[in-house]
Amino acid sequence: MRAAISVAATAAATDMPRGRIVGAYLEEARSECLRYLRAPGFMLPVMLFPAMFYLLFGVLMAKSNGAEAARYLLAGYGVFGVMSPGLFGFGVSLALERDGGLLTFKRALPMPPGAYLLGKMLMAMAAAGGVILLLLALALSLGHVALSPLQAGALLLAGMLGVLPFCALGMFVGTLIKGQGAPGVLQLIYLPMSFLSGLWMPLPLLPSFVQRIAPMWPSYHLHRLALAAVGMNRSALLVHVLVLAGFAAGFVLLAARRLRRHG
Amino acid sequence: MPHSCIPIACLAGAVKRYGRLIALDGADLQLQRGELLALLGPNGAGKTTAIGLLLGLVRADAGSARLFGRDPQRIEARRRIGVMLQNAELPPTLRVGELLRLTASYYPDPRPLQESAALAGIADLLKRPYAKLSGGQQRRVQFALALCGRPELLFLDEPTVGMDIEARQQLWATVRQLVAEGCAVLLTTHYLEEAEALADRVGVMSRGRVIHEGSVAELRARVALKRVRCLGAVPLEVVQGWPEVSEAHRENGRLHIATAAAEAVVRRLLDADPQLRELEVQRAGLAEAFVELTRDAAEAADTDQREAA
Repeated sequence: MRAAISVAATAAATDMPRGRIVGAYLEEARSECLRYLRAPGFMLPVMLFPAMFYLLFGVLMAKSNGAEAARYLLAGYGVFGVMSPGLFGFGVSLALERDGGLLTFKRALPMPPGAYLLGKMLMAMAAAGGVILLLLALALSLGHVALSPLQAGALLLAGMLGVLPFCALGMFVGTLIKGQGAPGVLQLIYLPMSFLSGLWMPLPLLPSFVQRIAPMWPSYHLHRLALAAVGMNRSALLVHVLVLAGFAAGFVLLAARRLRRHG
Repeated sequence: MPHSCIPIACLAGAVKRYGRLIALDGADLQLQRGELLALLGPNGAGKTTAIGLLLGLVRADAGSARLFGRDPQRIEARRRIGVMLQNAELPPTLRVGELLRLTASYYPDPRPLQESAALAGIADLLKRPYAKLSGGQQRRVQFALALCGRPELLFLDEPTVGMDIEARQQLWATVRQLVAEGCAVLLTTHYLEEAEALADRVGVMSRGRVIHEGSVAELRARVALKRVRCLGAVPLEVVQGWPEVSEAHRENGRLHIATAAAEAVVRRLLDADPQLRELEVQRAGLAEAFVELTRDAAEAADTDQREAA
């Protein structure tokens, strides 16, 4: 008798209306965005470093090379800027939250599965969009780069979706390393990868060995897409999209496996 | 029912190993609707692992963990619980009200935000960023998060660590109120007075097993020891030599004696030292009972191992 009562109670108490589940996802995304908007230590470097570099190397020093250099470097620094909210927003926060017990707490709570990662993903996409918009503003005003609205929109889209493979990579690193060690490791990935993909300096100017291994890096592929968006790459794009999607899926799977095993 | 697991939370023969370390070695635990069970035990006894199994954070290598008759990893089971963990660093830049709102959004029928805040005594903190709070205030916020979903079962892992006396007593009062409303509580604590103040039942863990389960009075009765303290000149070695004395040591010049026959020991003490001062005799508290129990278990385990070797 007692068992029957408890089973009936179970059914009633655990029904969660769909609206409330969607609400939980939204709350999670909202909290994730709020907490980083309020963390200048995270937002300022993410937004200002690419903008500062672009202003210095893409606008001021490239004046002699004209607007084409500014256009080329808009794509490069755009990708550079998009990588960091993905790598750091995901990787560092995951590493810290695993270390600090927040992830354990969230796993114990009835948080809808995926809300945690989806929240971080939306946050990274928003930050990536912000970086691209800032760079676009600099390019269009100070850099005298002529872009059609379609091209600007394409670059924004490439940035906001292109952040995802870096989220996946950051997430994987975040599952490998706990706590304060993660930022250092991520810098060791971020900066060399940016250089080796030709984000700062066109690849043809780099040693041929570097040119040959460039397709290994996801940032290389995103760079090709970003160049296409600003009208400087007319080759086929599908392969780059597929490679990036593959990178993202691969690292998400690796990270999910580690999270499930080790938490 | 396939198992005899009608209780709302239940471990049956749960085993959990981390490499060569055995964290849980066939632990059995049952929690009935509306009761408060305090889980005691020294560090490394397996309390945290036991809770981790019931919360679905880890999976048992053998045996089972059930929450409301279900696998704790099912979200439907966890929608009926509230959780306060020992150390969870919450997002520092979020305000208290935002944290409450977020956590409440996970539950089908949460309490109104103001009600949760009032129950945990944080109504005046809702607008403050979490990082700006004192340690005790942060614990109260975590308590509010635990009860905001109107849980039927509350997990409180060392809830009052870092709280001042007033905050602690307020939390105790709220826990009693929740239990009176029918909420069950699984509490782990280092403060035995907390278990004495709150618990219907006490479970003592040692080396991955639940070695004693019963009321606080039953646990105390397990140990007939009394505690004798005094200031006096009797040499420690002499006291330790008396047959009635099970343990004796000197602390700040004061003699501390544990014995099952307090009267005999007091007579010997007074005979040996007429100048004896500040004599106290106390019944053993939960603390002594607890130490005694876990020491017995440890010795038994050592003997087992030696015999096995």
